Amino acid sequence: MVEGEALLSEEGFSPRYDLDRWSGIITRPGHKLEGMSLVDKVCFFPTAKGGIAAGWAFYDIKWKKLAPKAFIFGVTNPVMVQGAVFAGIPITAGWTPHPGKVIHSGDWVRVDPARKLIEVIRRQA
Amino acid sequence: MELTAEERGILAGKLGEAARRALEYQVEVGRFWQARRMVPVTNVHLMGDIEVMGDGGLEFLREEVRLGARCRVSATTNARCIDFAHCERLGQDPAEVAKEREIIQCLRRMEVVTTDTCINYQTGYQPRLGEHVAWGDTGTVIYANSVLGARSNFESGPAALAAALTGRTPEYGFHLDDHREGTFSVELRATLDDLADWGAVGKLVGEAHQNYFAVPVFHGYRRTPEADELKHLGAALASYGSMAMFHFVGVTPEAPSELPEQKFAVSEKDIQNVHAGYSLGDGDARLVVFSGPQQSLPEMKRLAQLFEGRKLKKGSSCFVTTNAAVLARSRALGYAKVLEDAGVTILEGVCFYILQNLSSLRRANRWTNLVSNSAKIVNIIGAHRFNAILRRTADCVEIACSGELR
Repeated sequence: MVEGEALLSEEGFSPRYDLDRWSGIITRPGHKLEGMSLVDKVCFFPTAKGGIAAGWAFYDIKWKKLAPKAFIFGVTNPVMVQGAVFAGIPITAGWTPHPGKVIHSGDWVRVDPARKLIEVIRRQA
Repeated sequence: MELTAEERGILAGKLGEAARRALEYQVEVGRFWQARRMVPVTNVHLMGDIEVMGDGGLEFLREEVRLGARCRVSATTNARCIDFAHCERLGQDPAEVAKEREIIQCLRRMEVVTTDTCINYQTGYQPRLGEHVAWGDTGTVIYANSVLGARSNFESGPAALAAALTGRTPEYGFHLDDHREGTFSVELRATLDDLADWGAVGKLVGEAHQNYFAVPVFHGYRRTPEADELKHLGAALASYGSMAMFHFVGVTPEAPSELPEQKFAVSEKDIQNVHAGYSLGDGDARLVVFSGPQQSLPEMKRLAQLFEGRKLKKGSSCFVTTNAAVLARSRALGYAKVLEDAGVTILEGVCFYILQNLSSLRRANRWTNLVSNSAKIVNIIGAHRFNAILRRTADCVEIACSGELR
C-alpha cells in the first residue's frame, strides 16, 4: 500500500522516449506532461509505450531515487510490469470507472494493489 | 501459481540465491498476468548494455556474479551501445566504455554468450514451431512468434536474465494458444519492392492498432516475401504498434485458414503517402543510417552493389550496423571494402539508436536530419531529437552520395 500525490496523463508513457532518467522529468517535446516531474508521484497513464529497454529503466530511476510511488495504467504491456516489479514499484492496470473521472492531478491518493483499491485521501486545494 | 517440485526447490534455495530471487521475481510477474504456471524455455536473448541499464543495473549484475549466478539454458545478448573499435572517434564517454566492458565480463562469467546482435534469428538460434523461448528486443520476439512459430513475450533485460537463470518463464501472453489467434485482417494491395515499403506497412498497421495483444493477419500478397522483408515488417509493427505477433497467409506457420472479421487494407497509394509524409527539417540531409535491425548478409551485399565505385558527398556521414558474424563474411566477400572505400562507417555489435552518447554526437556533428530505410529507427530516433526521414534503400544511397534529399 502506498500514498502520494496523483499525476494524471491523457497520453501514454515510455520511460525511454518520454522521461529524462537523470531528473525524473517528462522531457519529450509535445508530451501532455512535458515539464512535469514523476518523482514520488502516483502516476496514471492510459497506455504503455516503448520497447524492451524500459525493463531496466525503472530500476535505474529507483536507484537514482527518482522513482514514482506507483504506476496506474489503463492498459499495460509485459515490459512495464517486468520493469516495475523488478524495481519494486507497485503497478496496476485495468480500472473502472476511468480514474480520470474520479481523480485529478494534485489529489493525495492511497493505492492498495492487492485489494485493487485507490482512495482519494485529500482533494487538491 | 502451480509450481513444480523443482520450482519449489529453487525457491527454497537449492540452486543458490541468484536463481532463488530470479524465480521469486518471475512468480510475481506471472501473478500480475494470472499465469497458471511456469513454462520451460530452451533459449534466452537479453538486452544488457550500459546505456539501457545505467549504474543501478551494473551494480545488480555485479551482485549476480558475487552470488554465483549461472545460466541454465543457452543465452545470447542483443545489440549493445558501444563498438570498441570506433568509440573514441565517435566521442563516446571513456567512463561508460569501461562500464560496458565490465558488463560484458559479468555476463560472460554467468555463461551468457555475448553475440551482440538483434538478428539472432538470422545468425544465431532459430527456434522451431511451438518452442518456448524468452527473448528481448521486440524485433526478435515478433520474428520468433510470427515467422518461426516459436513462443515468446517481450522479455525485458531483467526478465530475460531471470529466465536464463531459472530455465523457465511465466506462462502468459504469447505462450498461450488464445493470444496467438489473429485479431484483424490486413489486405496487402501494394507491390512492396523495398525494405522501406515493408516498414511502411508496419507503421500504417501498427499506428492504427496500438496494442500488445493485437495480431494482424496479412493476406492477398502476390509474391513470397524474403526473410529481410518480414524482418522489417515485424520490427515496424513492434515499434509503432507494440505488437508481438502477425500472421501472413501462405507464409507463416500458424496463419489461419479463415480471416478475422475486422478489416484493414494497405494500397500502393498508402505506401506512397507514407514516404511523402517525411520532409527535410531545418538543416540538410548529411546523415544516412542503415540499422535497426542490424544488416543481414543479403542486405550487406545489396548495399555493396549500390555503393560500388561511389563516394559519400563531402561532409556527409553514413553508418551501417551489423553483427560480428555478418561483418566477418562481408569482409571475406569484399562487401565491407566496397562500403568503406565509399566512405561508409561499419559499426559492429551495436544499433545506431542505442549508441552511448548519441545526443552529444548529434550536436557535435550538427546533424538535424537522419535518413534511413528502417521505419523502426525513423520512429524511435526522435527521442534523440532527430528529424527522421524514411526513404527506400537505393534512394538512401543516392542521398548519402549527393547530399540532396529526394
